[in-house]
Amino acid sequence: MIPLSYYLILSGVLFSIGVVGVLISRNAIVIFMAIEVMLNAVSLTLVAFSQQTGSPAGQVFVFLVMTIAAAEAAVGLAIIIVIFRSKESVNVDEVNLMKW
Amino acid sequence: MPITIPPIDFRVIMPEIVITLFACLVMLLEPFLPDRRKWILPHLSSLGVFVAAYFCLPLWNSNLLLWQGQALGDNLAVIFKIIFLLGTLLTILISYLKSGHHWGGEYYSLILFSTLGMMIMASSSDLIVIFLGLEVMSIALYVLAGFNRSDLKSNESAMKYFLMGAFSTGFLLYGIALIYGTTGSTNLNILVNNPHLTEPLFITGLGLILVGLAFKVATVPFHMWVPDVYEGAPTPITAFMAAGPKAAGFAALLRVFLIGLTPLAPMWITILWILAVLTMTLGNVLAIAQMNIKRMLAYSSIAHAGYILISVVAGGDDGLSSSVFYLLVYSLMTIGSFAVIIALGEKGEKNEELPDYRGLGLKYPLLGVCMTIFMVSLSGIPPTAGFVGKFYIFSAAVKNGQLELAIIGVLNSLISVYYYLRVVVIMFMQEAPSPSVVPHSSWSVQLALWLTAMATLGLGIFPDILFKITQQSWLFTLR
Repeated sequence: MIPLSYYLILSGVLFSIGVVGVLISRNAIVIFMAIEVMLNAVSLTLVAFSQQTGSPAGQVFVFLVMTIAAAEAAVGLAIIIVIFRSKESVNVDEVNLMKW
Repeated sequence: MPITIPPIDFRVIMPEIVITLFACLVMLLEPFLPDRRKWILPHLSSLGVFVAAYFCLPLWNSNLLLWQGQALGDNLAVIFKIIFLLGTLLTILISYLKSGHHWGGEYYSLILFSTLGMMIMASSSDLIVIFLGLEVMSIALYVLAGFNRSDLKSNESAMKYFLMGAFSTGFLLYGIALIYGTTGSTNLNILVNNPHLTEPLFITGLGLILVGLAFKVATVPFHMWVPDVYEGAPTPITAFMAAGPKAAGFAALLRVFLIGLTPLAPMWITILWILAVLTMTLGNVLAIAQMNIKRMLAYSSIAHAGYILISVVAGGDDGLSSSVFYLLVYSLMTIGSFAVIIALGEKGEKNEELPDYRGLGLKYPLLGVCMTIFMVSLSGIPPTAGFVGKFYIFSAAVKNGQLELAIIGVLNSLISVYYYLRVVVIMFMQEAPSPSVVPHSSWSVQLALWLTAMATLGLGIFPDILFKITQQSWLFTLR
């Protein structure tokens, strides 16, 4: 059986890739994809822990996370489409009407 | 094997059920109503708020704990629900447009769904349920922030809010996953008594949860989205965001840290201490430089998150009740000041720059007096509710040995007096420009203004009533 630490390291790496992706990417769609990678890393963690402890709760949580991610995707992509219609671009550097 | 059905008591989630039903009803009714009947929708939403509040009241002192602590009916949950419902009602009131134009059913429905999320957040001791509530609240708010689809600023506000919000959700969720992994549970009542409290994985999880919640309540290293989102969103929604989600974030923060994880207090108190000082100072200093009044109030809302963090650091029963008191008072005065901005906004989102307010206090004395009350209250000068709230927080801090924090808080209040009273000075002591701003306000905006102004003054002069209620907020709190 694959030890728990492998799963945890993999999900930690995935989560970090997601965070770095959000921070360095300039394309709103790519940022959104990076956020999805973060959420999937969390799902992996939950499933791994659930398998190790034998409690099914973790796997149920994954369903909740998937539902939430789907709802977020619907709203988020709609917002990005609205931006694209008015700006013809999804580059976050060009969305800069407000600055302090 | 006989199947035993656990006792199901719907009393404790009755307010949530009512809000859900009304939100769906408003959404479904919208397409079937002719345009001249659309005014029914806001009335229906307000009715929903009142019915939900009616079902909240019997929960006071009931201390119900259902579904393994996933639904709580303790006093803290009840008082937070009342704060959210009050904020929602005032938001619906200030959303009325004079020209007979309506926002549409989905607007009111989304406000109700957002309120539902906040109520779920405040009344659960299970981390996963808190997370679900937070998402229900946030997803509705992302849409609301971008509700003016033709307005570029509103679009930008929605996108920034969405990206930052979803990013912070990732942190919160990872934290919950790590805590679930180390302890095998996400229930706060079980977490307190588990032997893994000092494991590095658990502490990492706790830190990630703090990051996630700090994003929602807008404390300093995680505050970048606030000014842009507040400025771009439609003004009633800005008022809603300043009052409700902030209170909901603090409800979760209080549950997790002050009630749930008291054994680890020495560890997180230092972190929250630093966050509180940074949040207050940066919020107040940056607010001075703002010329747009919505942006100024956004920085002011950051600063107020700092004041409330003081009460979390102070901890104990006083800390808990003073933060509840302050959140209620803050909701009133901040929604009131946004109501003034709405009353002055001429057909849409104009007149938000400070120079637009020149001389308005003399031309429209009632509006000027209301704005003065809110500004004085936000800066914490007696005899207003803001003063009582700050006094309560600082005295809780001194009582629990956080003297330095109280002093820093008082100094920060002094800084804030400058930019709050600048608005009053501009309104009363400068000449009005020749084509000056004409306030347009429907009866409901005026009603909201009167209610908030009266409550701000009234709670400043007679704070005892609310004081006694908030002091009971911890009485039946599970710990």
